[in-house]
Amino acid sequence: MKTIEELNAIREKAKANMTVREDNEDLIRVIVGMATCGIAAGARPVLNGFVDEIARRKLNNIAVSQTGCIGMCQYEPIVEVIEKGKEKVTYVKMTADKVARIVSEHLVNGNVVTEYTVGAVAK
Amino acid sequence: MYRSHVLVCGGTGCTSSHSEDIIKTLEEQIAEKGLADEIKVIKTGCFGLCAKGPIMIVYPEGCFYSEVKVDDIPEIVEEHLLKGRIVKRLLFDETVSTDTVKSLNQTAFYKKQKRLALRNCGVINPESIEEYIALDGYQALAKCLTTLKPTDVIQIIKDSGLRGRGGGGFPTGLKWEFTAKNDADQKYVVCNADEGDPGAFMDRSVLEGDPHCIVEAMAICGYAIGATEGYVYVRAEYPIAVSRLELAIKQANEQGLLGKNIFNSGFEFNLHVRLGAGAFVCGEETALMTSIEGNRGEPRPRPPYPAVKGLFGKPTTENNVETFANVPQIILHGAESFAAMGTERSKGTKVFALGGKIKNTGLVEIPMGTTLREIIEEIGGGIPNGKKFKAAQTGGPSGGCIPASLIDTQIDYDNLTAIGCMMGSGGLIVMDEDTCMVDIARYFLDFTVDESCGKCAPCRIGTKRMLEILNKITQGKASLEDLDKLQELAFYIKENSLCGLGQTAPNPVLATMKFFKDEYIAHVVDKKCPAGVCKALLNYYIDPKKCIGCTLCARACPVGAIAGSPKTVHVIDTKKCIKCGACMDACKKVKAVSKV
Repeated sequence: MKTIEELNAIREKAKANMTVREDNEDLIRVIVGMATCGIAAGARPVLNGFVDEIARRKLNNIAVSQTGCIGMCQYEPIVEVIEKGKEKVTYVKMTADKVARIVSEHLVNGNVVTEYTVGAVAK
Repeated sequence: MYRSHVLVCGGTGCTSSHSEDIIKTLEEQIAEKGLADEIKVIKTGCFGLCAKGPIMIVYPEGCFYSEVKVDDIPEIVEEHLLKGRIVKRLLFDETVSTDTVKSLNQTAFYKKQKRLALRNCGVINPESIEEYIALDGYQALAKCLTTLKPTDVIQIIKDSGLRGRGGGGFPTGLKWEFTAKNDADQKYVVCNADEGDPGAFMDRSVLEGDPHCIVEAMAICGYAIGATEGYVYVRAEYPIAVSRLELAIKQANEQGLLGKNIFNSGFEFNLHVRLGAGAFVCGEETALMTSIEGNRGEPRPRPPYPAVKGLFGKPTTENNVETFANVPQIILHGAESFAAMGTERSKGTKVFALGGKIKNTGLVEIPMGTTLREIIEEIGGGIPNGKKFKAAQTGGPSGGCIPASLIDTQIDYDNLTAIGCMMGSGGLIVMDEDTCMVDIARYFLDFTVDESCGKCAPCRIGTKRMLEILNKITQGKASLEDLDKLQELAFYIKENSLCGLGQTAPNPVLATMKFFKDEYIAHVVDKKCPAGVCKALLNYYIDPKKCIGCTLCARACPVGAIAGSPKTVHVIDTKKCIKCGACMDACKKVKAVSKV
């Protein structure tokens, strides 16, 4: 090791792989319903879609996690976005294709993708 | 990118309760469910809560599973990792409140702790240099080599108020300065990882959980004092610590963080591991260095101090593992932030290995100045089975005890010395009303007699004589005169022994005689052991009013000392009785057997 820059490069790379272990309330939390109903409806590609997209964009303020049955099985796969101080947003009938748009519009720019939310779909 | 990390403790405590098998099963099950690309299993160092091991934490949820068994793994994988349903029955009791899962840091065990020396233990994979670097590892070394002069480094350590964590409490910065000021063609840095106190395991946990921080700190010390070679003296009974340390040194060499011209500064530092054979005396600095040199581990008189003439006759700085573990943080965050913690003359934190009669046995790190009451009642979770707290033993065979009347003592070097106790390396053994203080003193003396190297007479012969008197006391054969002799011997050995082992060996006796004189008197005058521990002084007795003649006790007795036929009152023949207590255990329901 000859320079601090080399050390910092290793640090940034390794750190990105460890964000999942942060215990930080300020993180935006993306929660994917992964009960039997969710998995059957295709929640796994959605979950992995979020993980990959967030890693690709190097967003380190977002934690993706899974949860059990949210209770509206007919709308699975369901994804909830929880941000401190804001109302919870629930996206329903998710697919992997919808993920990129939610990441760019909602998670990055703060604009909820209304047409995917439970309010719009349930009408 | 993994969506979930599963951290499993790979410290010695959890390894002995099969965490290796848990990791293996976990990886198999994860692969079977096709989750291998999504979930990463990481083996970490000690989380501290050894009583509840094996321990597993699942992120991002931060679920803290305790006492996990191999048989539980399929359920965790199927329910939690696959379907996201937390397995509540395995959660650490305290993290489950009514309906929500509390964060680990809010539990009583962790809330009052301040993890500085242990900051990476249970957080990173100790076998990955990348994870250490991710959490600012080697930044302190880089800062020293590229922006600070050796004298600046020493000044920072001096300003921080860091004192030796191995027991003596000597200011670390001063120690470094003494060695730095001595010119020599070669100097050495030595890390004392020969943790020998019965019940102490914090150095082991640091080496197992965060070996790179010791590598980094020793390199920093080398730069500060002008040494290019370092030795870690670690006991061979710590195989996991040894292998992780060796791996860490190998990784650091590969990354160029050890070796020649580190950070292009021209500074060279090489690190070597030496294994100790587990002799207690080798924890004493001069004996340790003699042992590294390949000789029999015996101390030598000081002066000359190691800073002048140490390892291989060259100026040497020797620090304990925990002392080194604090160094990178002090360099990175400044002397002030470290000095802001603790009491006036004891800065920072101290790690204690909490053991004995306490609910949460394990490893705790607290700011200096925390009271014993907070450690025992809050962090430790109190005494099990509703028993009363009697005393806490600190410093192992070199230390003393803190009686219940002083439970509000703020723990730091000077307060403990003031009450005739000693910080020691950090073993903290909690004792309840069932502990006999004379027996405790006898236990530690027995240990020092075994471990005395035999070089000087006061220690070799004196401790043996003390042990003989203590044996007489516990057998009810001593007189009051013996107590005076015991005390006189104790002072004599303290004054005249060659090294720390003998100079501190009488401490457990002196401390227990100071605070529990009445117990000694009871043994000598009344021939009674108030705690009911010393076998020669107690008898088992069957209450004829309570005995129902069930014969259970007679059948349990291994020496046939109990007479009586079914439905008649049983009687113990005290001459035959070996006082094993089997009859009392057998009579748990009726409770007719008691100790008198």
